[in-house]
Amino acid sequence: MSRATLDLWVGIFVAAGIVALVLLALKVSNASTSFRADKEYTVSAEFQNIGSLKAGAPVRSSGVMVGRVEAVSFDTAKYVARIVLKIDERYPFPKDTTAAVLTSGLLGEQYVGLEAGGDDQRLKDGDVIRLTQSAVVLEKLIGQVLFDKAQDTGSGKK
Amino acid sequence: MLDHAASGLRLLGARVINGIIRLGYGSRFFVLVLLRSGTSFRRFHLTVREVYFAGVLSLVIIVVSGIFVGMVLGLQGYDTLQKYGSSESVGSLVALSLVRELGPVVAALLFAGRAGSAMTAEIGLMKATEQLQAMEMMAVDPIARVVGPRFWGGVLSMPLLAALFSMVGIFGGYLVVVVTIGVDSGAWWSQMQDAVDFKNDIVNGLVKSFVFGVAVTAIAVFEGYDAPPTAEGVSHATTRTVVTSSLAILGLDFVLTAFMFMGD
Repeated sequence: MSRATLDLWVGIFVAAGIVALVLLALKVSNASTSFRADKEYTVSAEFQNIGSLKAGAPVRSSGVMVGRVEAVSFDTAKYVARIVLKIDERYPFPKDTTAAVLTSGLLGEQYVGLEAGGDDQRLKDGDVIRLTQSAVVLEKLIGQVLFDKAQDTGSGKK
Repeated sequence: MLDHAASGLRLLGARVINGIIRLGYGSRFFVLVLLRSGTSFRRFHLTVREVYFAGVLSLVIIVVSGIFVGMVLGLQGYDTLQKYGSSESVGSLVALSLVRELGPVVAALLFAGRAGSAMTAEIGLMKATEQLQAMEMMAVDPIARVVGPRFWGGVLSMPLLAALFSMVGIFGGYLVVVVTIGVDSGAWWSQMQDAVDFKNDIVNGLVKSFVFGVAVTAIAVFEGYDAPPTAEGVSHATTRTVVTSSLAILGLDFVLTAFMFMGD
């Protein structure tokens, strides 16, 4: 086999390998969809319970991704979970925005949902979101249902 | 009675010592190949030729196996996941299993059978027909001229083959799950992108395939160079290459997986 044909085949092989790698990066993995904002602002929020929320989880508002959870820590002064959110500067939120830990689908990943309030003032870098809603813990939910049921039968309503 | 026990122990001892000697010999040979690999890069066309023999000629088996592995994964994954009503996530199952494990491991096993055995047989035959000695007589270093380019050609081909295997496998899964069964194509890709992380999954898979490439080619060239210069010796060396490198791939895979995915 001549040198030129051999080089051609090796070139095709290497090019195909690199194309496969690029496809793996862009089409299969999150390298293309990962959240990249030019400018972002940081706010924090305190939760009684964040479920299994992890750093890197998405922050969504009305289903649109507006930021990412930057860090998750436990505050031993108040015994609450403190999370830091990085939000794209294109999306300003009012000061009385509610943050909730939600789950996508029945068993999907957990994310932070933001619901805008009606305040004139905007959230600024370093602000704290006051209104938060904890993650739903399945055991607590079942306990609540059982408790309500027992109360209903006990008081003789039914 | 005591005699039998002693001779049995002696046999065991001899085997262990022999194994250690070969391991040491192999390690020194490996270092020697690395030290003398300047030629492989200075005369790069030698390495390109070996990329052709190790990589390009392995393409057919890698691509065909990749498609079938992906299709089977898609079928099996769909069959089980639809019982739980989550047939959309079969995309992430196929992609994660291919990128993390099956891509690097199966591609390396096929590579050991297809290219590693050929390397051993070729170098072993060159030794048996005294071509290596002839080179030494002409003051050409056979390790730099023959072994080095083969080693680097294999090492360069392996990650590319593994990436191709994974990509073709995902395409095979797509054919079965999306085109034939009719799962939504948007859900297939978006669930996949949700689950597969570039750094943790794809880069780690590449690192794995690189390590396997080094292991397989190092074993193959060593077995060839070390083969007794007879027809029987070369055939035994070729068999040993396939067996040893397959075991090395599986063992290394466990160790690498333990380090890569047990971190968190």
